Amino acid sequence: MADSRTKRSRPVRTLVVLTILTIVVPFLALGAGVLFDGKSEENPGGASWAPGLALDLQGGTQIVLTPVSTDGSEVTDETVSESINVIRQRIDSSGVTEAEITSQGSGNIVVGIPGEVDQATIDLVSQPAQMRFRPVLTYAQGTPTPEQGGAGGGEEGAPAEGGGAKDGAAKDGAADDAGTSPSGKSAGGAVPDPEATATAATQDPTPEPTDEQSGGKGEGQGDAAATDPSDLAQITPEVQAEFDALDCTDPKNLTGGGGDDPDKVLVTCGESDGMKYILGPMEVDGTHISSASSGLVPGPNGTTTNEWGVFLNFDSVGTTEFRETTQRLQGLEPPRNQFAIVLDSLVVSAPSLDAGTVITDGQAQISGSFTQDSAATLANQLSFGALPINFDVQSQEEISATLGSEQLRNGLLAGLIGLALVVVYSLFQYRTLGLLTVGSLVVAGVMTYLAIAILSWTMGYRLSLAGVAGLIVAIGFTADSFIVYFERIRDEIRDGRTLSYAVERGWIRARRTVLAAKSVTLISAIILYFLAVGGVQGFAFTLGLTTIIDVMVVFWMTHPVMEVLSRIPFFRDGHSWSGLSPERLRIGSGPRYAGAGRVRMPEPATVGAPATGAGASPVSEPAAPAPSAGPSVGERVGAAASTGAPATAATGRRLTIAERRAAERKAAAAAADGSAPDGSAPDGRAPDDPATAGPAASDENEENR
Amino acid sequence: MAGMNFAQWGNDLYTGRRSYPIVQRRKTWFAIVGVFAIASIVVLLTKGLTLGIDFRGGTEFTVAGATTTDQQPAVDAVHDVLPDDEPRVAVVGGDSVRVQTETVDEAQKSELATGLADAYGVEESAITTSFVGPTWGAGVSMRALWGTVVFIAAAALFMAVYFRAWRMSVAAIVAMLSDLLISAGVYSLIGWEVTPSTIIGFLTILGFSLYDKMVVFDKVRENTADLQTQTRSTYEERANLAVNQTLVRSINTSVVALLPVASILFVGAFLLGAGTLRDLSLSLFVGIAVGAASSIFLATPLDAALRNGEPKIAAHTRAVLESRQQLAAEGGHEAELAAASTGSAQLIPGRHQGQGAQPRRRRGN
Repeated sequence: MADSRTKRSRPVRTLVVLTILTIVVPFLALGAGVLFDGKSEENPGGASWAPGLALDLQGGTQIVLTPVSTDGSEVTDETVSESINVIRQRIDSSGVTEAEITSQGSGNIVVGIPGEVDQATIDLVSQPAQMRFRPVLTYAQGTPTPEQGGAGGGEEGAPAEGGGAKDGAAKDGAADDAGTSPSGKSAGGAVPDPEATATAATQDPTPEPTDEQSGGKGEGQGDAAATDPSDLAQITPEVQAEFDALDCTDPKNLTGGGGDDPDKVLVTCGESDGMKYILGPMEVDGTHISSASSGLVPGPNGTTTNEWGVFLNFDSVGTTEFRETTQRLQGLEPPRNQFAIVLDSLVVSAPSLDAGTVITDGQAQISGSFTQDSAATLANQLSFGALPINFDVQSQEEISATLGSEQLRNGLLAGLIGLALVVVYSLFQYRTLGLLTVGSLVVAGVMTYLAIAILSWTMGYRLSLAGVAGLIVAIGFTADSFIVYFERIRDEIRDGRTLSYAVERGWIRARRTVLAAKSVTLISAIILYFLAVGGVQGFAFTLGLTTIIDVMVVFWMTHPVMEVLSRIPFFRDGHSWSGLSPERLRIGSGPRYAGAGRVRMPEPATVGAPATGAGASPVSEPAAPAPSAGPSVGERVGAAASTGAPATAATGRRLTIAERRAAERKAAAAAADGSAPDGSAPDGRAPDDPATAGPAASDENEENR
Repeated sequence: MAGMNFAQWGNDLYTGRRSYPIVQRRKTWFAIVGVFAIASIVVLLTKGLTLGIDFRGGTEFTVAGATTTDQQPAVDAVHDVLPDDEPRVAVVGGDSVRVQTETVDEAQKSELATGLADAYGVEESAITTSFVGPTWGAGVSMRALWGTVVFIAAAALFMAVYFRAWRMSVAAIVAMLSDLLISAGVYSLIGWEVTPSTIIGFLTILGFSLYDKMVVFDKVRENTADLQTQTRSTYEERANLAVNQTLVRSINTSVVALLPVASILFVGAFLLGAGTLRDLSLSLFVGIAVGAASSIFLATPLDAALRNGEPKIAAHTRAVLESRQQLAAEGGHEAELAAASTGSAQLIPGRHQGQGAQPRRRRGN
């Protein structure tokens, strides 16, 4: 991009860098992926040279779920459709998989997931979403500990990283000592499933252990003698023993699953940070959350900070309960001033309350070192918590593709035929230059293929037939960038510029158009990706991907190649098969105003008359091929190129101005005759208009006027 | 040589030597688009769109213990009873065949069950039926609609800011919506089922239509950038020149975009029968053709019409026309007037040619 502005652009270097960055590196990455994380029976999410296919092309697994109400209420159609939304959200948040979710019969939900499905995915869709708020009694490093996990789990968590989690508008003054908080390994790390990403929030100063992910659960037989849910008396020896024994490094303790008794003490652990907790009885049920969202935390005075947070709204019952909870917790010492957000028996986040913070209006805000993603995930999880539903897995079966494999084959065949037609057309239109279009399309195709293969490995992207069609259609969008570019170059040549200068100027103009137009497409792709679900999301993803690749190709391949081509004589001199030959791009008759009081004369008038350019050596000045030499543009760009009059007399003596004027007038008259029958408007003008008639300005420029 | 002529034609369009009064004849185009739009509304209201089972749900037949797991017998069996339906057939768990059709009544249901039992060589009792809900429920539609509305608003805002003219953005959005309306009308007229693929096709049309309008409008912007510094041609004339100049590009782009779609359409519709490809490619084919045409015949004339209402441009247009009239009154050359009104003479400033271009003292003689 930048290099088109610098005096010396380095097209070859750009090309090499492009090849390395966009083809070689992804190719090697994918190769490494196939080698070390290959797709296999046990590893359905592994890398493969072929992109993963969606349900309609490849088949997959069909899971039938029956929603079961957890609070005794009836499962209505509404609940089912709400459940479908929740499941869809869960699946979509795990990647772009194009799952198919539908209701069946009375109240069953059928989920079709492409390809092999592992247990984690089934858990993801069938997991009960029980969200509860419990007070933290204590926490400790998640390995079996001989020590008593007293107050202030002063284990060495991670070194403090972000700001502590704050609750409400509270500052984390209370943070201080309280022991380092369990930092998640998970913070920012790759996490296996969305539940797990929970909050990378709240590390450090404040003792809020957040970011735990599903932990093993164990219910303490916490006693009833406790005066309030934060009473440490609930930590009976049995509970303590269980807590000590709990090993949060054992994966089976990290599966979660819910089913904890809301009225009892819960011993559970964090999945990735390796912390374990003793939690008091439920304070607020997640079903009392009316809404949860994520966003940037507003600062004082209505400004917006750069910090991501999660905003909660409780319903009236929840507001009351949450007020009581915060009222009590805020006065306690760490870590008992924390409450844990427990999803499916696993601590999702455990923010602390600063002394004096009482949340009375049912609007809580959790902040800390969230990233945009982790905040969104937590908000999602909190939203799920509002649904009092469990899902029973009725059956889990393989399902074949709904479209025969011949559909894909024929689709690809159609795409190839279409591509061949595009090649033929662009060769017809742009001659040899059409090859550049084809080459760029091929490069874009290779990049797209690699990107899809990599994304289906890393993100679970699946190509459906609609996606295949979308890619075929993208040929048109991509080719348009080149067409816009070539047409701009041709426009510049029509104005009489040399190829290299035309490429330079044409590029600047085309670049702006291409970028502006592609931005609109990209905006649509991004917005649809974030707002829509299911198939539309998959479509938006494909659209965005092809748009980005298209821009990359046009900037880093088509333009640099064009720059190189503009130095090759075949193109530079406008060979008639180059698609850039000046005679194809100049008007055939009629003079044309070329600015600054100069006019470009038509070719017919020049036939027979020695062209000005002929005076210069053909070698040094790349004039157009002889017979049509009129527009000998040469280096004198901008100056009117053609001339209708000889500059030198037969003897070689330079003519006087008066002599030349006379000759020019004669030539102009001839030109007018030639073009008059044409009768189109601008033609008639030149001969009548002394200002613009005949005189070839290039000559005058060389003379003292 | 056709290629030469086409290039020649492109040259003439570029220079303004040949110019089609597209913007000037806008009343004609508006009338044509209006007729198409009204026809589309009428078709949509009377015929409506046939929603597929993805939207409305349908009936699901499960054939347990089928002797074959081919999909074709099921398709044939369904076509015997419901000739227009496109059943979705899948094999579940090895030897069960799942057939989903549109919602059928009891009589058709038993007929279908008999047909399927014959086709797969099983007892009728091995066939269970149930209602299957839409995979593309109201929730998905709402999200898609919401996303589309937000995206159109964002695109409109982007264009208004980029062109620094909200009228341009309005023209583009109106033209795009009419593209969508006409495409939906054509789809409804043909009467194919609306599937999720169709919806995705329409979204692609939205994207393409806006994209194409951006490209054409960017040329208009380029041509009218220094409108106020000259008094030879009006906004309208410059816009018309822009349309004429991008005509070659528009044709090339449409052809290149339509070729692959057409090839999918013909493969999809005539060789494969129905399916995702056919639905998608039809909506795309119509949409791209309409979208490319409307950039030229609707969007730009509409833009000129709207922007003529802009005080600055209106004043400029008046000034240009006045000076032209004056010129005519003074007996200016007809050609001069004609040249001005085609907006042909696009002035291109020269640039510094370097020292070598300076006049030199003649030596010798």
